[in-house]
Amino acid sequence: MAGMFAGPQEMMGYSFNTAPTSASEPRQHSFYPYTDNGGSTLGISGADFTIMAGDTRSTSGYSINSRHVPKLFLIGGEGPKNKGARIVLSVVGFAADGDALKEKLDKEVKMYKYQHGKPMTVSACAQRLSHILYNKRFFPYYVHAILGGIDEEGKGALYSYDPVGSYEREQCRAAGAASSLIMPFLDNQVNFKNHHIPGSGEGHDLKPVVATPLPKETVIELVRDAFTSAVERHIEVGDGLQMMILTKDGVEEQLLPLKKD
Amino acid sequence: MGGFDFSNHSRNAALHAQGFPLPTATSTGTTIVGCLFDGGVVIAADTRATSGPIVADKNCEKLHFITPQIWCAGAGTAADTEFTTSLISSNLELHSLSTGRQPRVVTCMTMLKQHLFRYQGHIGAYLVVAGCDPTGAHLFTVHAHGSTDKLPYVTMGSGSLAAMSVFETAWKGNMTRQGAVDLCSEAIKAGIFNDLGSGSNVDVCIITPEKATLLRNHITPNEREKKMRDYRFKKGTTAVLNQKIITRADISKYVTVHELDDGTPVAAEKMDVDT
Amino acid sequence: MNHFPQAWGRPRDDIYGHYNSSYLQTANPTQHTQSPVVTGTSVVAIKYKDGVVIAADNLASYGSLARFTDVKRLRKFNSSTVLGFGGDVSDMQYLDRLLNDLDVKENYSHADDEASQLSANNLHTYLSKVMYKRRTDFNPLWNHILVAGISSESEPFLASVDLLGTTFSSPSLATGYGAHLAQPIMRKLVPDEEAVKGISKEQAVDVVKECMKVLFYRDARSMDGYSIAVISKEGIEIKENEKLENQSWQFAERIRGYGTQVN
Repeated sequence: MAGMFAGPQEMMGYSFNTAPTSASEPRQHSFYPYTDNGGSTLGISGADFTIMAGDTRSTSGYSINSRHVPKLFLIGGEGPKNKGARIVLSVVGFAADGDALKEKLDKEVKMYKYQHGKPMTVSACAQRLSHILYNKRFFPYYVHAILGGIDEEGKGALYSYDPVGSYEREQCRAAGAASSLIMPFLDNQVNFKNHHIPGSGEGHDLKPVVATPLPKETVIELVRDAFTSAVERHIEVGDGLQMMILTKDGVEEQLLPLKKD
Repeated sequence: MGGFDFSNHSRNAALHAQGFPLPTATSTGTTIVGCLFDGGVVIAADTRATSGPIVADKNCEKLHFITPQIWCAGAGTAADTEFTTSLISSNLELHSLSTGRQPRVVTCMTMLKQHLFRYQGHIGAYLVVAGCDPTGAHLFTVHAHGSTDKLPYVTMGSGSLAAMSVFETAWKGNMTRQGAVDLCSEAIKAGIFNDLGSGSNVDVCIITPEKATLLRNHITPNEREKKMRDYRFKKGTTAVLNQKIITRADISKYVTVHELDDGTPVAAEKMDVDT
Repeated sequence: MNHFPQAWGRPRDDIYGHYNSSYLQTANPTQHTQSPVVTGTSVVAIKYKDGVVIAADNLASYGSLARFTDVKRLRKFNSSTVLGFGGDVSDMQYLDRLLNDLDVKENYSHADDEASQLSANNLHTYLSKVMYKRRTDFNPLWNHILVAGISSESEPFLASVDLLGTTFSSPSLATGYGAHLAQPIMRKLVPDEEAVKGISKEQAVDVVKECMKVLFYRDARSMDGYSIAVISKEGIEIKENEKLENQSWQFAERIRGYGTQVN
C-alpha cells in the first residue's frame, strides 16, 4: 500500500527523501517533427553544363504518397514559374523541410536581384544556402541538398551539402535513399575510379585512367542508367525521373517514366 | 532431441543492450493471397524479397510445396517461412505414410499453428495455406502467433490491405477457376504497385482435386528496360598485383580432377550479365 | 527548518508523508497536444475531368469508442474549395475557426469580387504554412487534411497536408487507412493526370462510394454514415447524411469457425 499516496511522478526504489524541486518532470515529447519521404537525387557537372536529376516518388513507410512530387526546383527566376532561372536546387529527405528550404533560398535569390540589379552568381548562392542550413544547426532542415548552375567562367558548377550546411564543389554527387547504390557507380563511370589503361604497366605501375569531362549525351545516359538500376534495387525509388539540363542557354527540363512497383 | 539452440541467447541480449545491432533477416515484405472457387482453390504471391529498403531478390518464390495437393504462400521472415513449411511438409509425408491416407489441409494447418504457437511469435512466419483433400478444397491463414482463419478469400503481408481492397470490390461467390486466377492476380498486382514491400512478378498456384498447377511468373508487369550504355570493361582495366598458377598436378593432391569434353561449357545457373 | 529552501513552508515529510509534488504550481515548459484524443478516420478524394469528389464518414472516435456519430468532417470554404479532415477533431474545429476568420477578412477586402477569391491552391498553401509552423514550434495540429477544389487556373485541384507540413498532390488521395485500402482502387481508375480527363463525375462518385464501402468493411474506426461533396466550376454540391448502399456480406454465408469446426 506504500504507493497509494505517492505522487504520480514518484521514483520508486530509493530509501532517502529529497524535497520536491518541481511539480513534475517534463513529459517526454512523443511528437517527432521529422519523417523521411524517400527518393534519390543526383547531379553531375561537365565542361559547360550541369545535369541534375531526381525521381518523383514520395513515400511514407511502405506507402506511396504520390507518384509525381518533384525534387528539383528552379531558383531565382521570374514570377511563380521561375522563368529564366539559371540555378537548380535539389532536395531529398524530409519533403516539408525541403520545400521550406527551397522557398527561403528562392526568396533570397530573388531579393538579391531586386536589391543589386544583377542575378546572384552560383558561388554566392551556394554560400548563402550553406548559411541558411547552418542557421538551423540545432533544429536542422532534414535534407541532403545539391545545388547546380553554370559558374562565372561558363563551367558547370555543382555543390553538395549535408543537413547542417557543410558544403563542397564536386564533379558528381548522389543523395538520398539510393545514394549508396548510385555514388559508387558514379565514382567508377564519371571519375573513372578503379579504371586503368590496359597494358600501360605491370601491377602497381598500371596507369590509372585520368578523368576528363564527359560529353552531355554520355552523362544523360549515365543518369538514366543510374536511376533505372536504383529502381531495381531500392524500394523507395521509382515512378518518374525528373532531369534538368543546365547550359549557358538556360535550363531544359525532361520527365521520363520509371518502373512503378 | 531436435529443436532450436538457444545457447547464445544471453550473450546476444547483452551485446544488444550495449548497442550492438541485431542482424537483419531477409523478409518477404510481401503480398500473398488466396481464393476458393467452385472445384478448387488458388493462391498467389508477388516475387520481391527485401532487406530493409533494399531489394534482396527480384524474383523469389514465395509459394511453397507442402504436399502434392497442399501449397503454402509465405510472408514474414524468409528463413522462417522456408523452414516452417519444409518441416511441416516432411512431417505430413511421414503422417501420410503412417496412416496410409492422403494428408488433409486441416492437418497441415493444425500442425503449423501448434508449431508457431509454441514459439510465441518468435518464428515470424505468416502463411496462407491452401489445398484439396478428400473433404474438399480448403483455404486458411496462419499467423506467426498461431491464430488461424478460414475464409473464402484471404490476403497477408505488407500488401494485404491493397490486395484486400481488390477482393472487397470484385469478389463474388461461386467463382470459376479462371475468375479466381484473374482475381488473385489483380489482388497481387494491387500489392505490387501500391505497396513498396511488394514488387516484380505474379506467381500463381491452382489446386484442384486432380492436380496442382504452379504458374511461375504468371504475369511479368515489371520487366527492366534495356540499359542506355554498355558497361563491359576492357580486358586489363583492373590492376593485377600478383598471380599464382596452380597446376593440375598440384590440385589433384587434394581433389579428384576430371577432364571435361572440350568445348562444352559447364551448365551452371546462367547469370544475368551485360552482353 | 532545514537547508532545502524548496521544502520551506510545506508539510514535513517525516510527519505527513511524501508531498504529492503534482499539486505544485511551477514554471514548466508549456505542454502541447502530443497525441490526438477524439479522432476522425479516412478522407478519400479523386479528381475527374471537371472537378473533384471528396468523402469522409461522420464518425468521431474516442480511442476505440465510436463516441460521436454525427460529426461533419468536410468543410466548405467559399465557393471553390472543400476541405476533408482526418485526425484530431478539436484541432479540426480550431482550424475551422481559423478559416472562418480568414473567410470574413477576405470578404471584407474583396467583396463581390469573384476573381480575387482564394482558390483551392491558395488555401492549400495557406494551410501548409500553418501546419509547418505549428510542427516547427513542437505544437502540431494533429490532422491530415485533403484540399479539394478548383485552382486559380480553373483546373481541378487536389492536394494534402499533414501534421508535419508535408504536402503532395495526386489525381487521387486518401488519408489514414484510406491510403492503404482506398488508394489502390482509385489509382486503378486514375493512374495519372492524363487519365483524369477521361473520367466523368458519375464514375468519380461511384468509385468514391465503393471506397467508403471497403473502408467500412475493413477499417474498425469507420462508420456507414458519411458526407460526400462534388466540387466543380458550377459550384459545390455537398451531401452530409449519406448511407452506404448495396453492402455485400455474401462471404459470410459458408463460414464455420476458424479451422477444424465443420458445423
